[in-house]
Amino acid sequence: MPDVVSVNSLCHRYGDHVALDGVSFNVIPGECFGLLGPNGSGKTTLFRILTTLLTPSGGHAMVCGHDVVTERHNARRQIGVVFQSPSLDIHLTVRENLGHHGNLYGLTGDELDHRIDESLRALNVADRASQLVKTLSGGLRRRVELAKCLMHDPALLILDEPSTGLDPRARMELWKYLILMQAGKGMSILLTTHFMDEAERCSRLAVVDRGKLVALGTPTELKSRIGGDCITIECDRPVDLCQRITDQIGATPSEVNGAIRIETTDAPALAAGLMNRYGDELKTVTIGKPTLEDVFVHETGHTFETDSTDEVTSS
Amino acid sequence: MTRDSAIRQVGLFWPCWTLWRREIVRFLRQRSRIIGAFGTPLVFWLLVGGGLGRSFALPDSETSMTYLEYTYPGAIAAILLFTSIFSMISIIDDRREGFMQGVLIAPVSRLAIVLGKVLGASTLAVGQAAIFLVLAPVADISLSFVAVLATIGAMTLVALAVTSLGFWIAWRMDSVQGFHAVMNLVLMPMLVLTGAFFPPSGSAALFRWIVKINPMTYAIALIRHAMYFDPSIHSVDRIGFPAALAVSILFAAVMLALSVHVATRETAKALQ
Repeated sequence: MPDVVSVNSLCHRYGDHVALDGVSFNVIPGECFGLLGPNGSGKTTLFRILTTLLTPSGGHAMVCGHDVVTERHNARRQIGVVFQSPSLDIHLTVRENLGHHGNLYGLTGDELDHRIDESLRALNVADRASQLVKTLSGGLRRRVELAKCLMHDPALLILDEPSTGLDPRARMELWKYLILMQAGKGMSILLTTHFMDEAERCSRLAVVDRGKLVALGTPTELKSRIGGDCITIECDRPVDLCQRITDQIGATPSEVNGAIRIETTDAPALAAGLMNRYGDELKTVTIGKPTLEDVFVHETGHTFETDSTDEVTSS
Repeated sequence: MTRDSAIRQVGLFWPCWTLWRREIVRFLRQRSRIIGAFGTPLVFWLLVGGGLGRSFALPDSETSMTYLEYTYPGAIAAILLFTSIFSMISIIDDRREGFMQGVLIAPVSRLAIVLGKVLGASTLAVGQAAIFLVLAPVADISLSFVAVLATIGAMTLVALAVTSLGFWIAWRMDSVQGFHAVMNLVLMPMLVLTGAFFPPSGSAALFRWIVKINPMTYAIALIRHAMYFDPSIHSVDRIGFPAALAVSILFAAVMLALSVHVATRETAKALQ
């Protein structure tokens, strides 16, 4: 079976700004692939290229063997997309929205009715069929949106920041259905996210930063790259202390956003040594298993900064 | 790898149909739009046309006409234009709310998207203008059945042209405010600078020149021709039926082509 997504040296620039700089990866059938990166990392540009909305300035992207530029319509038939901003018409009923979507994909008559019922049942929203979308909650709307995507039975489901704007319960529910669709329908999933907990759920992750792919692997693989644990120290003069730790202890600390971070294979011993030596200066010392955030810092040398204003989307 | 044989090659018809239907359904669920689009030209026509009526005489014309009668085709054109504008504002909302993204990633041609949207808005415009035809007797115009059909035909052509114009403008707008600015700057003059509300023959050369190159002048002349079937009407707008029809067809074709062009080219830009 060919790869569901195949991206090769993909580049894109908006004027002078380089948004994507030679990104390559593949998504294999049935997996849930995550693009993790802060805002402005280029993942939205990737999303737009894969959904055929944007023509890349260089490189190739294929969906199910169809080039997203030269075989646009064939690629379009294979994807179902959940956008960040809801693509439902709130003045229409749930059923009308699905009917509209079906018509766009050439579904008509009894076949259309059948698909609508099937999709609504799969997402457990059949009882909402005749309700206007504007009367539904954010979580329900997201489910109707997923039902809409199911109608034309796509091979690949692409979601742009699917959890944004959802409360924790709705998030959990969304994932319940995503997993159902992945397992039950053999659908592959590609999603962009800047939430670490969401990235943890993916079978494989591509970490993107400043238009480049900086790491690729399963969440466990990525975390094991750090080799051991992470010590995080809060103190008053991190830069100065960082220098002294390097000189006096021989560890390799890095100063990240006002805190000191050390990756080590023997965290308890090192932490004890640090507390002995600099005890008075330290405010907190934390030992932890590496998180995806640590992976990001490890690979890029800077923190995962997320512009919080971007999270506010209309519900 | 095609998973599903039921997803056939999608032609023009179904995408057009579903987008057309959506326009109609949405319109019927928003009553205020009906009042806004229909009421404004009606009030305008009755107040201005009725008020100025007494002091009006067509210059050098063998036809005698009241002002209400003279401005009646212009009022129809105004209804067509206003309704189109209201409908095309929805494009800006469609994009902001994300609805249009869902349509743009569907395997349908951009022509189908433009046609669906334009035909939907044109249907609404013609529908409202047709209701306005009931008021023809108020303007001392008696319409035969054939004249009503011909007028609806003319209105359809004009509606296609102005909705396509609206599409072309609205597609590139990122705010409703911007659209209003363009509307005041371009669309209102297009309507007024036609000679539909005062005969151009007595005015400045510049004005007469603008009226002559304004496609709306020909659109309004076409509507007047369709209402009367009377060659002497030629002398009111000074445009013959063949010229009025030809320019109107050209106007619609060019605007439709521009709309398809802009929808194809600026797919990505529209989403930023």
